[in-house]
Amino acid sequence: MREQFSKELQSLKDMFTQMGQKTRDVIELAIISLKEHDLGKANKAIRLDDEVDELEREIENKCMSLIALQQPIAKDLRRIGTILKIITDIERIGDYGVNIAKITLSIGNEAHVKPLIDIPKMADLVKDMLKLTIESFEQENINMAKAVIQMDEQVDLLYSKINQDLQEIMANNPAASKQVTSLLLIGRYFERMADHTTNICERIIFMVTGDRIDIC
Amino acid sequence: MDLKIKVESLNFYYGAFQALEDIHMNVHENKITALIGPSGCGKSTFIRTLNRMNDMIEGTRVEGSILLDGENILKNETDVVDLRKRVGMVFQKPNPFPKTIYENVIYGPKRHGIKNKSQLDELVEKSLTGAALWNEVKDKLHQSALALSGGQQQRLCIARCLAMEPEVLLMDEPTSALDPIATQKIEELFEALKKKYTIVIVTHSMQQAGRISDFTGFFLNGELLEYGETDVLFTKPRDKRTEDYITGRFG
Repeated sequence: MREQFSKELQSLKDMFTQMGQKTRDVIELAIISLKEHDLGKANKAIRLDDEVDELEREIENKCMSLIALQQPIAKDLRRIGTILKIITDIERIGDYGVNIAKITLSIGNEAHVKPLIDIPKMADLVKDMLKLTIESFEQENINMAKAVIQMDEQVDLLYSKINQDLQEIMANNPAASKQVTSLLLIGRYFERMADHTTNICERIIFMVTGDRIDIC
Repeated sequence: MDLKIKVESLNFYYGAFQALEDIHMNVHENKITALIGPSGCGKSTFIRTLNRMNDMIEGTRVEGSILLDGENILKNETDVVDLRKRVGMVFQKPNPFPKTIYENVIYGPKRHGIKNKSQLDELVEKSLTGAALWNEVKDKLHQSALALSGGQQQRLCIARCLAMEPEVLLMDEPTSALDPIATQKIEELFEALKKKYTIVIVTHSMQQAGRISDFTGFFLNGELLEYGETDVLFTKPRDKRTEDYITGRFG
């Protein structure tokens, strides 16, 4: 057993988990800020994303060092290669969270053009997907990863429903178009977040099994 | 990080040939420092200056200073026997004495005057445990050391070194004569040893330097071209020649 190397790998996994959890917190803050017009939380989400970005850099450096110094092979190599790839997805998810927070800031205290129901539903789904994704990574559980990939469909359905609703509002009330466009974008951001979690899950399956799958 | 050895302006000559040129190096306590570089670059000569093993070669000359805990070991009045007790060395090829395992370990301490049997027994167990060999040999301490495998012999040589209770361990390619499994065992041992000792190791295997060391020095033509944290040297070397060497583009 290469004890030191095993410890380094474990710490890399822990850093990834931490990055995933922080990203989930960014989403949580972003959606609450949107729902409750809480500009303080929106700013907090933006600041928290800086920590996510910093963790991405640290993880990337650690992966590079481990490849250079420890010559990982087989599953160890797949694990490090996978982490190098999926931190980009996680980082992007965080960025979408920031985009939502920024939109919240621009909406400010202006009343919503419709009660927000489906967007928070999307947010909950995406948060669950991300939570499961992190757990499937920690436990190297491919069934969990596959379940996440299946959940993407529900997010897509909600997105198309939101699209439809918002287009109707815009048609009936052109004055609301600015906020409607913002909400459409928010729907799009959540839809993209879900896509990134499915990317991650495909990579986790590769990490565990060595097989490439493309479910979507 | 505490400094254990500070090398300043070190030059070394074999007759008219200058083998080391103006070496400056800080060796940190309880860290592993690896020395890499192509054959003939001076790394073995350098490591041998750290406990004055080169004194035994006729026609050699050394300039500069090597401070061990602040004391210059190159001074004439240095007691080299005491120095080599503090700075032990393990060589490339395992070289146990043609004696029993027990006698190999106590050879040094006995020469330094320890005669008490229970004290020696204790030292044998402690040293062999420290070298991760005790469990494999505790039932055959009085058998010939030459009957051990190459990897075990090398760990015995490390135990022999530890029996002198050194502060620094110098290793000159200690695994180059061993198979990968024995090498891995010794590499794991280094990780445990560095908690108590400061280790300087010459290795031809860049991969080994990467795996085990905290600091790496790259020697070329008698110069220490680059020296720093292994992590940095292996991912972002400053000197193009270091990069060419570690990426296999020359040497």
